[in-house]
Amino acid sequence: MPDNENLSNVPEAKAVPKKRTRLSLVWVIPIVAAVAGVWIAVTKILEKGPEITITFSTGDGLEANKTKIVYDGLTIGTLTSIKLATDHTHVIAKAEMSPKTESFLVKDLKFWVVKPRMSGLSVSGLGTLISGYYIGVQLGESKESERSFAALESPPVGGDVPGHFFQLQTKTLGSLGEGTPIYFRQIQAGQVVSYELDKEGKFLNVKIFVQSPYDQYVTPDTRFWNASGVDLSLTAAGLHVQTESVISILAGGIAFETPVTDSPQAPAEANTSFTLFDDRTAAFRPPPRDPHSYLLVFKQSVRGLSVGAPVEIGGIQIGEVTDIQAQFDAKAAEFSVPVTISVDMAQHGVKLLNFPKSEDRAANYKRIMDTLVARGLRAELKTGNLISGSLFVAINFFPDEPPATIDWSQDPVQLPTRSGQLEAVEDSVANLLKNLNQTVSNLNLTVSSARGTLTNADRLLTSSDKLMGNANNLIAPDSALNAELNNMLLQGGDAAQALRVLLDYLERHPEALIRGKTGDAKP
Amino acid sequence: MEHGLQSCHGCGLLSRPAPGKEEGRCPRCDEELVFRKPASLERTMAYLIAAAVCYVPANLLPVLTTNTAGGSESDTIMQGVVLLWSPTGWPLSLIVLFASIMIPSAKILALLYLVFTVKRGSIENNAQRVRLYRMVEIVGRWSMVDVFVDTFTVSLIQLQPLMSVEPGPGLLFFAAVVVLTMLAVESFDPRLIWDSAAAKETKREVQHA
Repeated sequence: MPDNENLSNVPEAKAVPKKRTRLSLVWVIPIVAAVAGVWIAVTKILEKGPEITITFSTGDGLEANKTKIVYDGLTIGTLTSIKLATDHTHVIAKAEMSPKTESFLVKDLKFWVVKPRMSGLSVSGLGTLISGYYIGVQLGESKESERSFAALESPPVGGDVPGHFFQLQTKTLGSLGEGTPIYFRQIQAGQVVSYELDKEGKFLNVKIFVQSPYDQYVTPDTRFWNASGVDLSLTAAGLHVQTESVISILAGGIAFETPVTDSPQAPAEANTSFTLFDDRTAAFRPPPRDPHSYLLVFKQSVRGLSVGAPVEIGGIQIGEVTDIQAQFDAKAAEFSVPVTISVDMAQHGVKLLNFPKSEDRAANYKRIMDTLVARGLRAELKTGNLISGSLFVAINFFPDEPPATIDWSQDPVQLPTRSGQLEAVEDSVANLLKNLNQTVSNLNLTVSSARGTLTNADRLLTSSDKLMGNANNLIAPDSALNAELNNMLLQGGDAAQALRVLLDYLERHPEALIRGKTGDAKP
Repeated sequence: MEHGLQSCHGCGLLSRPAPGKEEGRCPRCDEELVFRKPASLERTMAYLIAAAVCYVPANLLPVLTTNTAGGSESDTIMQGVVLLWSPTGWPLSLIVLFASIMIPSAKILALLYLVFTVKRGSIENNAQRVRLYRMVEIVGRWSMVDVFVDTFTVSLIQLQPLMSVEPGPGLLFFAAVVVLTMLAVESFDPRLIWDSAAAKETKREVQHA
């Protein structure tokens, strides 16, 4: 600085020695920032749990970065993205699980969307109305690791509750649905899990879950029946009402019971298939043992006869109607109704006595039937219920009927029939009506002749009336007759006076009778 | 500098520099006297790098966590912008976008540009560069708006258990970005912009002579 003489009055700065560091301390700041950033990044990466894929049939209520995966009330993951599958049929969601959840992610881990549901009479998932849907988890037991899952349509039943699944086959679903309770001795023992149509569409497969300890009472012999609603039966003993519970009246239900046997049976294996009967009676009907089919041809009306109607002998059911058809014979120009019945004495608990066992069964059976028909065995229709007019088949013996035989070449064998009691009643009623008709027409005739008589009588009365009128005229006070009668009476009076005078004169003068009246002879 | 005089930062007294290599102190107020801010570029760079590092988590980490009865939701700044974007709310969304995302990054980039040009000894656009520096300096104090809004929200919305708002870790980094950029602006000496120009002029004069 050579050229600043004119600034010599400016004071000179003090010289203070200063320590110098090579690297400025300020570089600590970016290093700290970098360390902090790296540390956060590292923890973030370490915190990042496994990523899984869940496929849903619908994305309803699911939201990326919002919908949680919840196990036992704790969030163990969040959906990170939701997109439609390439074939547009389902939704693929990616979820980031919490760290250290790898042990959860096994093959049979189950996911489902928790949302408000009403099944039967139970409502679940109401909380999700406020919080939004979340994804429920049920732990799997598999050891195999898995990262891709398919969500269930509905929450799995049973879950951690021990128990067994069974299958029920039914023709109609009735009022059953998911969650329909299952009762054992009127205690709720499980519920319906799902139902599906079988492949041919002939019946429904209802999957049920029976929880422990009730599942041990389900044996291969157990009967399941539909206990929906109220079972009303009116018998000679009175009105019977049977129901499992109030809930089953409203929401339906299934009941099961195992027939008591001497030797207790082992519990049924899981997924055993059972038949679902319509009611308890049907469920406990013994299985067929020795059924025989017969054909009954009726020429009368079968209105009121239905498939399943009982076949009775002496008031005891021995079988049931299995088929009702109709036929028309052009040659005979006759309409008739062939009814097939199935008779199974053994099934209905009829004791069979003195049956030779060694003999050929079929021949023996034929011989017995021939004998019975020869003795007058006939089938007829009888009214079982007067109100509903339902008919049943009664088998009875009518020795007076014209003889009949069985044609064993037919299948099923045709049994002779008889116009039933009903027909006879109808005939006699018709006859009665006919007679009544005749009587009535006769009566009609009588009535018409009586009417003639009455007319005559009427005429008679009219004339007598006239007569009376005339008579009246005759005896009226101003009538001529009266006047003349009066005159006559007056004259009669005069005559009587004259007679009395004559008699008096004669009394005093009896001689006058002889001499005649003397004018001068004074009394 | 060409006059070899130093002006005191504290009291404005003009003084001749102390003899020798060492820098002196103001004879009036004992303030350290320097021709230029010491290690200006180095410090600015350090602060800028720190700010840039913090800028990443500031944008990736959530700044606000909203707890409602339905669950909790964490939002980053960008998510907030997206959330606010609606036919009626777009101005607000734009404000957040500018104040929280564009301005901090613009500040960092602008300062980087200044540091590099000074380092290279550029003599072009000096006036513009100074204007840029001033803008960065002015804008700096407004960058904390976001932090303020967040802290207000957090302190106001505490309706336990219905709803509550909690600050997220991103907020801390965001505040760090703002503070660091302000420090960077502070440590940058705009006079450096003119130094290289002055040096070149001197050189030219010498050559002329």
